[in-house]
Amino acid sequence: MNDLIVKMTTKLVLPFIQLYGIYVIIHGHLSPGGAFPGGAIFATSIVLFTIVFGLRIGQKRLPHHVSSKLETSGIFVFIVFGLTGILMGYQFLTNQEAGFPMGEWGRVFSAGFIPIITFALGIKVMSAVVTLFHTMMEEE
Amino acid sequence: MQILNVILVIFLIIAAIAVERTKDLLSAVIIFTSYSLVMALLWLILRAPDVAMTEAAIGAGITTNLFVIVISRTRRQEK
Amino acid sequence: MTKIFTFLMLGGLLFVLLTSITELPTFGESYAPAHNEISNHYIEQGPEDTNSPNLIGAIITDYRAFDTLGEATVLFTAIAAVVAILGVVHHKQDKGDNHE
Repeated sequence: MNDLIVKMTTKLVLPFIQLYGIYVIIHGHLSPGGAFPGGAIFATSIVLFTIVFGLRIGQKRLPHHVSSKLETSGIFVFIVFGLTGILMGYQFLTNQEAGFPMGEWGRVFSAGFIPIITFALGIKVMSAVVTLFHTMMEEE
Repeated sequence: MQILNVILVIFLIIAAIAVERTKDLLSAVIIFTSYSLVMALLWLILRAPDVAMTEAAIGAGITTNLFVIVISRTRRQEK
Repeated sequence: MTKIFTFLMLGGLLFVLLTSITELPTFGESYAPAHNEISNHYIEQGPEDTNSPNLIGAIITDYRAFDTLGEATVLFTAIAAVVAILGVVHHKQDKGDNHE
């Protein structure tokens, strides 16, 4: 797409979309939202960038090997924090009894492993959607 | 509030029928996007902001892109 | 003949569905079967158990975290299906080759 208005508008709007996506992911245990909407919003910004500036530049920003590693590490963090519960002698994915610090009510760093898991899942959803689109947009 | 609810539900039904009746697949995708957006509003009225955000991001954003890319790789008109 | 049979079947289905609507509990009522002791437990014990103000987020990432793990696997399955169907190979040394 070779339109100046579309390119300039995308450049202006893109940081705000990404900031909103990160906000939704990080405040997943405090406000409505969570991993899936936040990751989808963040992925929408990268998909918009790819559609406007072309697949070559979009893939330069987030190459395939980086996004695939991000996706794998997201699910890896999830499972490692779940296995901590078994290690401490409780069930898989135990939060409070397994000794995660609960913190102060309503703070960002509180509620045990919930923000960590939300962040990992958000990264995973984002990279999964971006990988899906880059794979589908690629010409053979 | 009641009238707004009724208007949105009627628009939802009309959009759902129009998606099925439209021969042009790209127009059908855009109508489906409007369906998703109205559905997000209805979730907000039902006091489910979580589902509303997910519907607006995935239903109206990601799904539309997915369908448009699939249509660009295949044909545009329904047989 | 098949058309009459189809109409009869669909009419019967419509009759069954419409009569079962009157048996459903009222929307949002407290005596509905969906509002059992589990939701009461979540609402009463959730803030103490998880220390999270967003109860829905607490449920999907703490009480039902294993469910969410399955949901995350669905995304991986979607990517695997797309790569399997479209046949895109992502190895750098294969870029120059003329594979399909």
